[in-house]
Amino acid sequence: MKYADLLLANLFRKKLRLTLTIGSFAVALMLFGFLAVVREAFAGGVAIAGADRLVVINRTSIIQPLPLSYMDKISRIQGVKGVTHANWFGGVYQDERNFFAQFAIEPTSWKEMYPEFKIPDEQWNNFLKDRQGAIAGAATAKRFGWKVGDRIPIKGTFLPGVWEFNLDGIYQGTRAADDETQFWFQWDLFEEKVPERYKGNVGWYTVRVTNPDFSAQVAKAIDAEFANSPYETRTDTEKAFAAGWVKQFGNIEFLILTIGAVVFFTLLLVTGNTMATSVRERTGELAVLKAVGYSDTFVLMLVLIESLVIAGVGGVIGLLLAKGFTLLGDPTHGMLPFFFLPAKAMVVGLIAAMLVGIASGIVPAVGAMRLRVVNALRRV
Amino acid sequence: MAIPVIYNLRSVKERWVSAIVAVLGIAGTVGVFVAMLSLAKGFKATLVSSGAPDNAMVRRAGSTSEMDSSVTLDQVKILEDAPGVAHGPNGPMVTSEIVVIAPFPMRSTGTDANVQIRGVSSRTLDVRRHVKIIQGRMFEPGLSELVVGRNATNTYSGLTLGNSVKFGGGTWRVVGIFDAGGSAFDSEVWCDARVLNQIYHRPENVFQSVTVHLNSYGDFQKFKDSVIADPRLTADVSREVEYYDKQSRTLTVLITTLGGIVAVIMGIGAVFGALNTMYSAVAERSREIATLRALGFGEGPVVVSFTIEALLISLVGGLLGCVAVLPLNGLTTGAMNWQTFSHLAFAFKITPPLLVEGVIFALLMGFLGGIFPAIRAARQPVAPALRGL
Repeated sequence: MKYADLLLANLFRKKLRLTLTIGSFAVALMLFGFLAVVREAFAGGVAIAGADRLVVINRTSIIQPLPLSYMDKISRIQGVKGVTHANWFGGVYQDERNFFAQFAIEPTSWKEMYPEFKIPDEQWNNFLKDRQGAIAGAATAKRFGWKVGDRIPIKGTFLPGVWEFNLDGIYQGTRAADDETQFWFQWDLFEEKVPERYKGNVGWYTVRVTNPDFSAQVAKAIDAEFANSPYETRTDTEKAFAAGWVKQFGNIEFLILTIGAVVFFTLLLVTGNTMATSVRERTGELAVLKAVGYSDTFVLMLVLIESLVIAGVGGVIGLLLAKGFTLLGDPTHGMLPFFFLPAKAMVVGLIAAMLVGIASGIVPAVGAMRLRVVNALRRV
Repeated sequence: MAIPVIYNLRSVKERWVSAIVAVLGIAGTVGVFVAMLSLAKGFKATLVSSGAPDNAMVRRAGSTSEMDSSVTLDQVKILEDAPGVAHGPNGPMVTSEIVVIAPFPMRSTGTDANVQIRGVSSRTLDVRRHVKIIQGRMFEPGLSELVVGRNATNTYSGLTLGNSVKFGGGTWRVVGIFDAGGSAFDSEVWCDARVLNQIYHRPENVFQSVTVHLNSYGDFQKFKDSVIADPRLTADVSREVEYYDKQSRTLTVLITTLGGIVAVIMGIGAVFGALNTMYSAVAERSREIATLRALGFGEGPVVVSFTIEALLISLVGGLLGCVAVLPLNGLTTGAMNWQTFSHLAFAFKITPPLLVEGVIFALLMGFLGGIFPAIRAARQPVAPALRGL
């Protein structure tokens, strides 16, 4: 550490250039962070999907219903620990752009199925007693400024009329990736108000298996149970179900990786060029260092560490900016329920920044190490 | 007196490495910018071209898309007699339709995607004039036969002419392939609406939407007024084009918001790169600049000269970025239409105005990256710089 002064003096030789180079790193890492956020936004549901949960939908398509009578039949299948059912409501709050998912749920089995969603007991008990009750996710409640006790009108789309709900509670996820945008209300109310031809139907079932290792077998058993009936089922693990949705978005991941690669390549060029320039300017000084007895390795490390410091500082600033950006909230207003920067991405980003730092510093550093003292001094 | 541009050209040539770095930085940014916008444009164009300007679409009042609307057969009959509706040899040009989705495996990944299945009337080709059967024939009413869009047959396995597929509990035969001129219909599969209702256990004689062909573009208001005024109908009437324009909004907003943020961040990075290049250019050439000043060139011409140099670099970068993404034009990709939960194929659409926007973006970056170093160059005291000789 006794060479810290030398290092600092070299770093601050050209303050403007230092600022710009650190700036380039910060920008690139902010972009990296942002791309990680976007990727998470599309694929986040896959990562957090419960390994021991299955989703049962109508074989024909997700928009076709399943009979309520399947609830008991599924729960009797071997390896099934619990079942719950839900319906998609698809209503509009104030304006079509205010999209968030609304589910008609069977409260008791739902709560057992999704322990990751936390809600105060008192609020939950109020909800159970209230036919027109509803529970909203913390993100959705914050977005519209809802408080417990508010009355929330939601206009039906495929079901006519405006439905009034009492907000009895607000749930919170236990993990950063948990979806806090959902809106739940009583399935009983839904059933009572839907037209005759929709009655006795649910949108989908979620099943918990006793042992995740056998989820494939359980899924098969469920589908076999209802084969050749008017309502055939299609059962997937929650993960496969979420992944299926993501795939339909097209090659988002490929797009992101391409952009990322373009950016890092550009960054490498910019910083490499800057480092090379700054070493070239110092040829004489480095030669003097070597002439007074410092080793080749010392000169190599000196240049390399300088480049690493720039990369590290820039990288940290960039990632912090990206983190700050996600705290501002989803810029598309509700289209991306998973909008956060995963910790893993921050670590990967920082490592990537350091690697770029090494890569861009290595060429000028090796050049400095190989410097022939006599030639260099002659140029002074 | 202005400094000749040839001076800048020669200077750029002299330090080509750092110039190339700046050029690539700007090219990358412009490339991403243009690619993102062309993706959004392509998606929008695909949906909007589905609608014809002289067609009107009727749905239940309050519905957000075809999926959650309903129109009964009685109401369809009323609409057929409404003023403004065109009549052809087969009767009124009206098609009452339902839309469902069915999973089909994508050829590219082998995983299932939701394909939009549209049950239509036999007169649908009278209403949608841009749709043509290019192979095979139209389905026979009452039979479980399919006609498949051009993109659908290429994107999903099983939907080839003469093949039989199973979905919704029925077996269907593909009897024709249609071309819908690059619109969203190209990703769809069409069949008889009544057959589809039966097989999907939907109530008979209830449709989701009605599309009518009008006598002329101007007849829309007349048609709409009469539908709204009719007490037997509770319906929303919109131009078909407007309906599809609205459908494209969600994903277009998503792509442009995310793409815009990415482009802005990259833009800042590229400006930093340009600043770095230009500042070192100014530092390396302080003697040259001082000589120019000593020769009698004023501060103004020096600022202009260096700004032009930055603009030249960014122009090359911008053009390079545009050229690099041009091969994307027409490339087909797929994405989900959030309004209908169905998979839709569409192509990147790179238009001349988009390229111009890209170049302007590049010049803006060049200007921001060039003006400050240029000012510094002009402000340099002449005598000490010359003494540096």
